[in-house]
This record gives sequence, C-alpha cells and structure tokens, in this order.
Amino acid sequence: MFRKKQYLALGAVTLVALLILSLPPRATSRLKLAVGSWFLPLFGLANAAQQLPADLADSVLPRRELLQQIDRFRRENDQYKAQAVQNTAIARENNQLHSLLNWSQQAPWKLKLANVVLRDPANWWQTVQINLGSRDGIQVNQPVLTAEGLVGRVSAVGYARSQVVLIGDPKCRVSAIVENPAHDMGIISSGSPVGTSLVDLTYLSGTANLKPGQNVFTSGLGGVFPKGILLGQVVDSRPVEMGLYTEARVKLSVNLGALEQVGVILNPPLN
Amino acid sequence: MNVLQTILILTAAFLAVFGEATFPVLRYWLGAQVDLLPVLMVYAALNADLVTVSLLAVLGGLWFDALSANPLGVSVLPLYVMGFLIYLRRDLILREGSFAQLTLGTVACAVVPALSVLLMLTVGEQPLLGWSSIWQWIVMTAGGAAATPLVFALFNWCHHALGYQPRTETSFRPDREIRRGRL
Repeated sequence: MFRKKQYLALGAVTLVALLILSLPPRATSRLKLAVGSWFLPLFGLANAAQQLPADLADSVLPRRELLQQIDRFRRENDQYKAQAVQNTAIARENNQLHSLLNWSQQAPWKLKLANVVLRDPANWWQTVQINLGSRDGIQVNQPVLTAEGLVGRVSAVGYARSQVVLIGDPKCRVSAIVENPAHDMGIISSGSPVGTSLVDLTYLSGTANLKPGQNVFTSGLGGVFPKGILLGQVVDSRPVEMGLYTEARVKLSVNLGALEQVGVILNPPLN
Repeated sequence: MNVLQTILILTAAFLAVFGEATFPVLRYWLGAQVDLLPVLMVYAALNADLVTVSLLAVLGGLWFDALSANPLGVSVLPLYVMGFLIYLRRDLILREGSFAQLTLGTVACAVVPALSVLLMLTVGEQPLLGWSSIWQWIVMTAGGAAATPLVFALFNWCHHALGYQPRTETSFRPDREIRRGRL
C-alpha cells in the first residue's frame, strides 16, 4: 500500500512534467513569465544590495575628489557637445548626399537603456534578463548592444522584464562582415560554454584572407541586426572541411560576463 | 515540524534559484554556476515526506526553468527521479556523517544536470555544449557536494531552533530517594 502511494506520486509528477513540456510555445512562454514573476519582489532587494557598497563608497569620498570629478566631467561634456555639433553637420551633409543619390536614409536609433537583473542559472545557455518589458515597447528580436558593441537580441518579452539571448548562444546567430579589402562575410555561431569572450565565425569563403586584429561588424543581413555594429576582432582563422570554407575565432568587444547596463534598439533600421 | 520543514525547504529552493541567477560570482571565476536544487533534494528525500519531495521537484524545477532559457518543466523530472530514488532507499542510506552527505551530494549534483541535458536533447533543444562542459560538470558536482554538508547543518540548526525538542529525562526517581533523618 505504501509503495503504491509512492508510485502514484511518481506517476503524477511525471504527468505534470510531461504536460508542461508538451504545452504549445505561446502557453509555455506565458506560464514561464508568470512563474518568473514570483521573483519580482526580490529584484528590488537584489538591486539595493548591489547598490549598497557603491553608495557607501560614495559617502566616504572626499569633497576635493568629487570637485575634481565634476571638473573632469564638465570638460568631457564640453568636448562631447563640440563633437555633437560636428556630428549634426556631418549627418546633415550625409542626408543631403543620400537624397541626391536617391538612397533611403537611415533613421536614427531609438535606444532604451536597461539594467541587467538576472543571468541564466543554467550553464548551457547564455542569456540574461533585463528590466524592460512590453510596457516599455520592447519586442522580440530587437537588437541589444552597449557602447562597446553588440550584445544579443531580445528572445522573450514579459510585462516588466525581457530575456536577452547573448552572442555565443546557439539561439543567437549573427550575419557578420569582416573589415578587410574583400569584405568577407560569415555567421557568428556558438562559442565556448565556459568563456564568453570568444565566438566562432563560420561559413567564410575558402579564399577568405583574415588577419588577427581585423574588426568584425554586423552585416545587416538576416533581418534582425542593423548593419555596422561592432562585434569584435579576429583572433585567428583556419581552413575547414578540406579548405571548402574558413572558420575564425572572434574576440567579442563586449565583456558579456560583466554586463550591467545595455541598450535596446526599439526601431532597428534594417536593410 | 512537517509543514514548517516543507516551507523551509521550498523557501530555500526559491532563494537558491534566485541567488544562482543574481550572483554569478562562481560563474565569473570558475566558468560554471553551482546548482543547489539537487542538494536540497537530497536533504528533502532523506528527511521530509514524499509530498515535500514532489513539491520541491515541481516548484524548484519550474522556478529554475522560468529564470533560464530551459524549456519549462525540463528540470522537474531529473530532480524528482533523484529524490524518488533516494526516498525509496532512505532507510538504508547513511545520512549523519559529513562524508555520507558529501557522497550523496556528489552523486545528485552529477546526475541531475546530466539528466537535464539529456532530456533537453531528447526534446530537440540545442544547448551550448562542448569539451569545456565537462569542466562545468565537474565544478557543479564538486560545488554541490561541498555544499551538501553545509545545507544539512543549516537545516539541522533550523530544526533545533524552530521545532519542538524532545523532553530530556532526568535520572531522579522519587522511589529511590534516600531520606535522611537527623542522624
């Protein structure tokens, strides 16, 4: 009788697990977000805990150093203002040339800044969660980047948070172009499970001539990522499949292991 | 203590999943995050009832999958299989010694992630696997094993602090009392 109860429990739990696994993707996604929202009250606590050492450090910073920092930021701000004036002039000139050549003009990116609140607890995925969701206009497949380069794309959207799949994860493939005379193109595929800084650039042509240090950018193909976002630099390359094509390792320009703040492009200008 | 024990175990699982997702210090230094759910499952299977084991598997697995890119529900079965097997043989399993706990933790932390990945490959997912996954597996196993005696100690402390303690018998017996007179 006692054993029978145990096997009934085993059957019930197995049934529940199989039912959840066989739910349609839309229902699974909703259920996942609903279960994940149980953790919402803890997000604030975690943020406060992470902020506490910085706040403590700020409170003991001497006044002289703060004044020096303000002075430095003021000078940097002036420089950026001057650069902005120059950039506006260049953009205007660029737009005029575009209109003369009848080229479609690139709309400026609408960036929304987000904080990274969680990392994937499983070791076999490279994803993070950010504190923006559908209420902020976030949609699936919007590109995510930092000032250093591309980070990944939005893979699931909840009301107040979204999941971002990072470059190097098997679910995030990016069409890339190498900054060399031949403009070799390939696909950024998965990286190593342990290190997040190196990824593989595959499906380059067999005649590709890559050199270490060459920059790799998004090509704009594929319909997700806009053209010209920095991905990283070539580390090395080797012919594969009897020289049929070339494979290279790329060191990502963004440190994906230490992401804190990212930007989501709300209106990705696609080719 | 039964309900309190269940609540404690589930709360610990909830916090453990949140901690794994929020503080990736181990992942930063060792390249892998240690999962504490198998450790909690070992404790629950040895000390709690089957309802607690089932709840821990279902809720813990769902919480873990909800914060991860895992298909929802994929972590439930591996956890439950481990807990169920330990529960079936719990009368024969040593649980008091640290070495016994370490061994159980090692086995659980090695088997559960392997089963999860196997199940994920079975349902058609393509997790990020490579030679360095072996290193991650070793870190998860060793980290979980090291955490097992600590988790047992923590729960034992909670048990002592919050549960009813058995009344200690005194050696005094009134019928054996020696009554002394004036002399």
